[in-house]
Amino acid sequence: MSASANSGVAPVRRFSGRSKRVLPGFGLSLGISLFFVSLVLLLPLSGLVVETSGMSWDQFWFTITDPRVVESYKVTLWTAFAASVFNGFFGLLLAWILVRYEFPGKRIVDAFVDLPFALPTAVAGITLATLFAQNGWYGQWLAKLGIEVAFTPLGIVVAMAFTSIPFVVRTVQPVLEELSPADEEAAVSLGASDGRVFRKVIFPSLWPALVTGVALSFTRSLGEFGAIIFIAGNTPYVSEVTSLMVFIRLQEYDYAAASAIASVVLLASLVLLFAINLWQGRYLRRLEGR
Amino acid sequence: MSITIDQISKTFGRFHALRDVALDIPEGKLTALLGPSGSGKTTLLRIIAGLESSDSGRILFGGEDVSNLHVRDRNIGFVFQHYALFRHLTVAENIAFGLESLPRKQRPSKAEIRQRVEKLLEMIQLPQLADRYPAQLSGGQKQRVALARALATQPRILLLDEPFGALDAKVRKDLRRWLRALHDEFHFTSIFVTHDQEEALELSDQVVVMSQGQVEQVNTPTELYAKPESRFVFDFLGHVNVLSGAVKNQKLAQGDAWVSLPGHRSEQEAQLYLRPHEVHLARAPSVHARLPLRIDAVSLIGSEVRIELVPEGWHSEEIWEIGMSHNEFAQQNPSRGELWFAVPDVGHLFSGDNSQPKTVDWQYAEAANACNM
Repeated sequence: MSASANSGVAPVRRFSGRSKRVLPGFGLSLGISLFFVSLVLLLPLSGLVVETSGMSWDQFWFTITDPRVVESYKVTLWTAFAASVFNGFFGLLLAWILVRYEFPGKRIVDAFVDLPFALPTAVAGITLATLFAQNGWYGQWLAKLGIEVAFTPLGIVVAMAFTSIPFVVRTVQPVLEELSPADEEAAVSLGASDGRVFRKVIFPSLWPALVTGVALSFTRSLGEFGAIIFIAGNTPYVSEVTSLMVFIRLQEYDYAAASAIASVVLLASLVLLFAINLWQGRYLRRLEGR
Repeated sequence: MSITIDQISKTFGRFHALRDVALDIPEGKLTALLGPSGSGKTTLLRIIAGLESSDSGRILFGGEDVSNLHVRDRNIGFVFQHYALFRHLTVAENIAFGLESLPRKQRPSKAEIRQRVEKLLEMIQLPQLADRYPAQLSGGQKQRVALARALATQPRILLLDEPFGALDAKVRKDLRRWLRALHDEFHFTSIFVTHDQEEALELSDQVVVMSQGQVEQVNTPTELYAKPESRFVFDFLGHVNVLSGAVKNQKLAQGDAWVSLPGHRSEQEAQLYLRPHEVHLARAPSVHARLPLRIDAVSLIGSEVRIELVPEGWHSEEIWEIGMSHNEFAQQNPSRGELWFAVPDVGHLFSGDNSQPKTVDWQYAEAANACNM
């Protein structure tokens, strides 16, 4: 039987290129996505670069290494670090109780986790500042212990932790939900103590999600503005964050300097997120056996 | 180590998973817990392991009450249906997990652990896969690793929860044979859960048939198949052909069908159970039975020809199945759509509420008749 006769009886379906995909519309959906990403993300970002490009390298360097700005980097970095480490622990705990236990009001707690996302950050900032002020509900007790939170860098940590906790909870929660109880039962049946089960069986599965959550929380904290300025006190060289420095330059109508400082924050965040992605890709590849 | 299960009950909410289960598991034997889903077999296994607690009753290992002992102190090996390998650990690390979990005083040295793991890898015939991750293994390999991991600490008892359930037919058969050989070599007391009668009968020394949270029957595979003590066990082990009707004048009749029951005096509702190999086909009814059936399908694959038949002029809930050798098939040549008559050789009669069946043997009766003439 010749090839043409064969195809005349039962047309041979040729799977090539696009037709391999089950759902049509790859080109269209990718196009729309890329267009949108360009419109809301890439274009404004390149605007930042264009704005900065008006400066010479010397000017740029001078702007971003201004001692007050450098001090703000330090403050921002360590407060963001402290806040995200705190969130790493507390967020894991919160995710754990939300997944593992049944208790009255669980759904309400679950809904409250998203509150920092929903609440305008300025409102959060004012609320926290009021609570932690010397005469506030928490502040008066902390003052007796000699701890000052409002209008100090500690306040920045509190504001950052508050606004970025959902990142950790919401990345860890689904992974925790998908953990098979059989894995833990297997470990216990092999004689492992509870601590060992957590260290050797549960934690390695959670680890990638937890790192992602903490990294997201960290980068979010790097750029946080609204919640911080109300509680930080904004003392130069002590409790000024970098996003405030950007804001101050803007108020001085020095757009180039503002974009220069903003680009430093942006670069730091991008490098961090990219590094996390690379590391996580390698770790997950191993688990999935590729 | 023998296991005694003493009046174990367990409820989940309103559902009675187990009702007063009492059972003895002999030492060094491979015991199957067989039953349909929801029969409580897995719950019982998990209670023996200590992964689940019972509402009442006791579990004894070799006479010692372990009911209140935590899983990790019961010294059991447990193999899960979906392997439950630690996916971030290599095969060797998985197998070593139990040894490394031992309290410091009992824990072997690193070198010794490595040696033991190597031995176990050889036992499961996968020494080349020591450094692979579970995701890189096939289902059969994963289950072997899971088994090696469970055996690494030399447990007193090995418990397997549907160990072959997630594997395809061919791998399942290989692994079954391999587990049997392994068991014959090491003789650990093992219990495995299955819903596959073939698997239970082929693999085990003793079968425990369970239904609705209760033990129906305990026996060796051969005895169990030959002498089922209840309708449930009969139904559950292999195909069964049923004629249900009323007994009158020493005859069980329904519609156009009847079977003579010599010496059966009582008159009541009854069911006659016939295994596919206990019936043969004939072109005409015999003196002791008239069971008209029309051939619905003929299956030639296998060591026996399997013929599926539909009752003609009477009723049966399930299709009838009759087996015949390829030789007989070639001689008689039954084909689809033809009307044939089933002639029972041996049957099992369940009458009324009587759960024990009465065996009826027509061949014997005929032979006796022939002698008397």
